[in-house]
Amino acid sequence: MVAYLPSDGPDPVADCDVAVPRTGSGTALEAGPDVPDAAEIARIDPLDPLVIRRDFPIFERDFGGRTVAYLDSAATSLKPRVVVDAVNDYNTRHTANVHRGIYALGEEATALYEGARERVARFIGARDRHEIVFVRNATEAINLVAATWGRRNIGAGDTIVLTELEHHSNLVPWQMLIQEKDADLEFVPIDDEGRLVQESYDALLRTHPKLVAFTHVSNGIGTINPVREMVDRAHRAGALVLVDGAQAVPHMPVSVAELDCDFYAFSGHKALGPTGSGALWARRELLEAMPPYMGGGEMIREVHLRSTTYNDVPWKFEAGTPDIAAAIGLGAAVEYLVGLGMDRVRGHERLLTAYALDALAHGVPGVTLHGPRAGDDRAGVVSFNLPGVHPHDVATLLDREAVAIRAGHHCTQPLHERLGEAATARASFGVYSTTDDIDRLVAGLRKVQALFS
Amino acid sequence: MDDLYRAEILEHYRHPHNFGTLEHPDVVQEGSNPLCGDRLTLMLDVDEQGVVDEVAFTGRGCAISQASASMLTDRIRGLPLAEVAKIGRQDVLDELGIEISPARLKCALLSVDTLRRALEDRVAWQAETEEEPA
Ligand SMILES: Cc1ncc(COP(=O)(O)O)c(C=O)c1O
Repeated sequence: MVAYLPSDGPDPVADCDVAVPRTGSGTALEAGPDVPDAAEIARIDPLDPLVIRRDFPIFERDFGGRTVAYLDSAATSLKPRVVVDAVNDYNTRHTANVHRGIYALGEEATALYEGARERVARFIGARDRHEIVFVRNATEAINLVAATWGRRNIGAGDTIVLTELEHHSNLVPWQMLIQEKDADLEFVPIDDEGRLVQESYDALLRTHPKLVAFTHVSNGIGTINPVREMVDRAHRAGALVLVDGAQAVPHMPVSVAELDCDFYAFSGHKALGPTGSGALWARRELLEAMPPYMGGGEMIREVHLRSTTYNDVPWKFEAGTPDIAAAIGLGAAVEYLVGLGMDRVRGHERLLTAYALDALAHGVPGVTLHGPRAGDDRAGVVSFNLPGVHPHDVATLLDREAVAIRAGHHCTQPLHERLGEAATARASFGVYSTTDDIDRLVAGLRKVQALFS
Repeated sequence: MDDLYRAEILEHYRHPHNFGTLEHPDVVQEGSNPLCGDRLTLMLDVDEQGVVDEVAFTGRGCAISQASASMLTDRIRGLPLAEVAKIGRQDVLDELGIEISPARLKCALLSVDTLRRALEDRVAWQAETEEEPA
């Protein structure tokens, strides 16, 4: 079976003067002899994206005689038909509120909703489905922890350790908290290849922070952090650990039990699920000790005019009617991913990342590539700059070729300050991404360069 | 792809007019587009008769924001403020003369919005102000 679309564009590497590309640090990126070419990838890739693409209705849409080369999965993923169907099914056949109706539809809706919770729990290696709180997205999950655990446990003079890699959603909630509590933030710096400086982390741990919060995978430059080791060291220093899993859960096997962290947040919409779906996982004893987030229906056990007792976890944190359809859709999404196998998903994206870094380095003269080189600690997020062309122009011009990339700071402004770029262009991959998408990216960039030369 | 950015825009981007600073400007205004990190500093000298005597800008940004600043500063040099007051957002888009997607409007309009703020106290703007152009 042919796994990859053949490239019908011009060979991006042919007849071009190969300038020495730079990584963020200005070091030369090695043309690893072990970087597979498209044919080799098609042979060894454990996933067959051509088959997978049939599950994603968006590839049936025509973009001027071709499909979209969707390279913005880090912003949100495309949605497979099973997810769309699950949402429709709830809205057309099982519509009812959850945990209320004493009738068949209400029980069906509740079973679907709680079934999705069970699937999400298993998907991320949680021991107990009661440890999964459904939220709208990773942002809400982190804000929930800051507003409940944070407000109760962080006091004047306490320290929270973050990193230079963080998405604004794992930075601003903590800034808000420490302003209120007169506490402090410290930041683990990154080195020139975009990895966290572990010695600095250890030094910060010696100040006995109350909490360490960092991203599993950088949405800015694709670094995969050594979560388990960092968690172990934080625990030895007496800190709890929150991991932002928004860019990890969709792309690699994740087990919160193995990571041994205390809080784990992710967005469903980046993991093939609908927008409005996401989850916070936390240890049950932490959830039980935390005060509620919002007040209202569903989160209560008994309400009197002047007092209320709260529901059990996780419902204590799910005030009001939740986005039932989105949660059910997320359940379908994780089931789909389980069917593919997360090891295979990671294998596929790892190959694509190596291919992309190589194709850009050799096909696009002068390109600056940010983040670690291809390997075990590099995910499918590739940010880059072209000399003399602003990323917004790059994205606008590529759009003409039906190549969709992101341009800007990707909600990581401090990281971009560290990189010394106001903005970068970013290509990011998903289960449906192919080497052909990357070939189209490289060919498009060559055209952009010709236009600006 | 080639028809999207006219040659004139690319030319303004490569060699922006009025790029630089003024020594003792009467007005300095900074503008930025937080979405994409574009920054612009606009400097103006206005003489006693209320004519824009000199104008310069610095900053960095995409081709669209740089070209629009280059064109706009050309346009207002030597113009009485009463005339500057008539310049609207749509005029700037018309002068760019290319298709601007909604996501890029902020780039295209950064220069005129910065100009409007720079002259807030001196000019009663006549054309539509902050609303999105039709
Ligand atoms: C690493 C990381 N954390 C958090 C978020 C926030 O996700 P959401 O906007 O779905 O809340 C993102 C999304 O871009 C992300 O990449």
